[in-house]
Amino acid sequence: MRWTTESTPRSTFRRRGVRLAAAAVLALTLAACGNGGADAGGGSAPADAGDSGGESIVMGFSQVGAESGWRTANTKSVQESAEEAGIELQFSDAQQKQENQIKAIRNFIQQQVDVIAFSPVVESGWDPVLQEAKRAGIPVILTDRAVDSADTSLYATFLGSDFIEEGKKAGQWLLEQPESSAGPVNIVELQGTTGSAPAIDRQEGFAEVIAANPNLKVVASQTGDFTRSGGKQVMEAFLKSNPDIDVLYAHNDDMGLGAIEAIEAAGKVPGQDIKIITVDAVKDGMQALADGKINYIVECNPLLGPQLMDLAKKVVAGEQIPPRVVTEETTFDQAAAKEALPTRQY
Amino acid sequence: MRELWRKPFWPLVVLLLLNLALAPGFFAVRVQDGRLYGSVIDILHNGAPVALMALGMTLVIATRGIDLSVGAIVAIAGATTCAWIAASPDPTSPGAALEGIGIALGLSVALGAWNGFLVSVLGIQPIIATLVLMTAGRGLAQLITDGQIVTVNNPLFSDIAGGELLAVPLTVVVAAAVYALVALATRATALGTLVEAVGINPAASRLAGVRARVLIWTVYVFSALCAGVAGLMISSNINAADANRAGLWLELDAILAVVIGGTSLAGGRFSIVGTLFGALTIQTLNTTVLTLGIPPDVSLVFKAVVVIAVCLMQSPRTYELLAGRRRKRPPAAPPGEATPPEPRPVERPVERSTS
Repeated sequence: MRWTTESTPRSTFRRRGVRLAAAAVLALTLAACGNGGADAGGGSAPADAGDSGGESIVMGFSQVGAESGWRTANTKSVQESAEEAGIELQFSDAQQKQENQIKAIRNFIQQQVDVIAFSPVVESGWDPVLQEAKRAGIPVILTDRAVDSADTSLYATFLGSDFIEEGKKAGQWLLEQPESSAGPVNIVELQGTTGSAPAIDRQEGFAEVIAANPNLKVVASQTGDFTRSGGKQVMEAFLKSNPDIDVLYAHNDDMGLGAIEAIEAAGKVPGQDIKIITVDAVKDGMQALADGKINYIVECNPLLGPQLMDLAKKVVAGEQIPPRVVTEETTFDQAAAKEALPTRQY
Repeated sequence: MRELWRKPFWPLVVLLLLNLALAPGFFAVRVQDGRLYGSVIDILHNGAPVALMALGMTLVIATRGIDLSVGAIVAIAGATTCAWIAASPDPTSPGAALEGIGIALGLSVALGAWNGFLVSVLGIQPIIATLVLMTAGRGLAQLITDGQIVTVNNPLFSDIAGGELLAVPLTVVVAAAVYALVALATRATALGTLVEAVGINPAASRLAGVRARVLIWTVYVFSALCAGVAGLMISSNINAADANRAGLWLELDAILAVVIGGTSLAGGRFSIVGTLFGALTIQTLNTTVLTLGIPPDVSLVFKAVVVIAVCLMQSPRTYELLAGRRRKRPPAAPPGEATPPEPRPVERPVERSTS
């Protein structure tokens, strides 16, 4: 096999260029796959921040990144409530990369912080670094997202939303509407990013609750990828293939907002001709709810700072804390949205 | 010429026939509030941004380059316009929208000039040169919007995607106009031939008196400008700028459209009509998944199968096999197999583009 001598310099050049291109595109594709699930999920919630003094606690916090408004609000909440609670915060932004996060956690261990908190970028691969933290005697609190480690002694607690519960709340509201007992109700569903935890759980919780009433039927369900553009395009197609849609259930506000544009373009009135339920309660969603274009929003609250600080103090003081803490979340109808809107921060 | 037409044409036809058979009312078009309304219109409207990006990409690829930064430029254009409108004293005024659009397009041109500078002056490999902006550009867009989704409520800006000319969506009109202009410029003048010459052999064309550097620079600027316009369409469509997600991976869609259209990634001959069909095929595929109600967990596999089938049919090897077999049989040509656009089978663009 003497292929080197046979090819002319020129063809080698070309072939190499092509291989380079192929490798780059492949890498991009892989990156795309890896990134798909990691978005727009997340949960969280406010509690009253204890303003107790005492010795200063040092907390190392590693954030996922700044990929969405939800995440920005989450970061701000952690920073502000740390200050309020008198906890010294070592903040590190992982920019969506697990290796950055592992590096940050190792740094925290070296600095011998009192407690480590982080929102894992991905679910797996945390055991070694969490072992190191355990050996150093530093408690770890997971926020917003879980890890899939079998050894639950590696972290003190997981603070985050219960996405199944969010789906159930959405279904419950629909179940209670008078139209649901009157006759058949055709529901379309805009799912989040395929395979992501919030998308799977919000679908599951919703389906479980509406199964109680045979009138309620999901006639179409597609992914809008948690984006407004996605929500709009999918809703456009739904409107054409299903002439009688009564209810839209969107896994986040943004998809719902995109769908509203599609519904309006079809000459229907969102909120009246088609009832809309969404999850998240970001500011734009709340505005649409107050305007009567959305009917009901289940909150997925990013403001988990106060709860986190509370847990941190307890764990440093050696108190027992539950292994799973669900963030405090509420729901909004149109009247509640009008009330909450002026003070909505994110 | 006839074969060139047939080639990128048929996957689209097959997809449309599939819809005709399985989704009643797919071709129904009516006028809703003075605007055409129907699945076919959706395909044209939603396909317009990628079609534009693919047009710019075609010329870049014809010069043996590639532009990975177009997705990021989409995000930057949308972010700049929306941020400008939101920050202006009167966010609903037409003036604010025009300023925002002007700044966004100006910035797109500047970014294209940067790409062109790296490639044509500094001689950096196009894939690396544009990769810089692909990664950094999205960060820039996020910086502009502060990581938030900026929602605007400006009638003029909204008209870019929501407006219509004689009931035809403005996005479709704009895309069609740009296609017509580029087709005219490249086919009615020597420009197209010059671009191909640079792509086939830059050194020889330079020695023959073609100003390769200026030409390469120009195609990157044009590609970025197309991406900028696409970015305006995408953000106007939702009246908001989503710096994190707008245009994400659209550069790959644009490259795929070019490849389906029969332009070789090795540069040289290009087909504008082919690219148009490629872009429409991708959008029709997306819409088909939705109208047929293919479950989301299967839809990527469905898309992959279609794309692989299309690329296999365009592969010179497959063509040779089919042609070889046909020679033994009576000449009943099935309507669909393709000839390679270049005389020699340089490569198979299949593996690189099935993203």
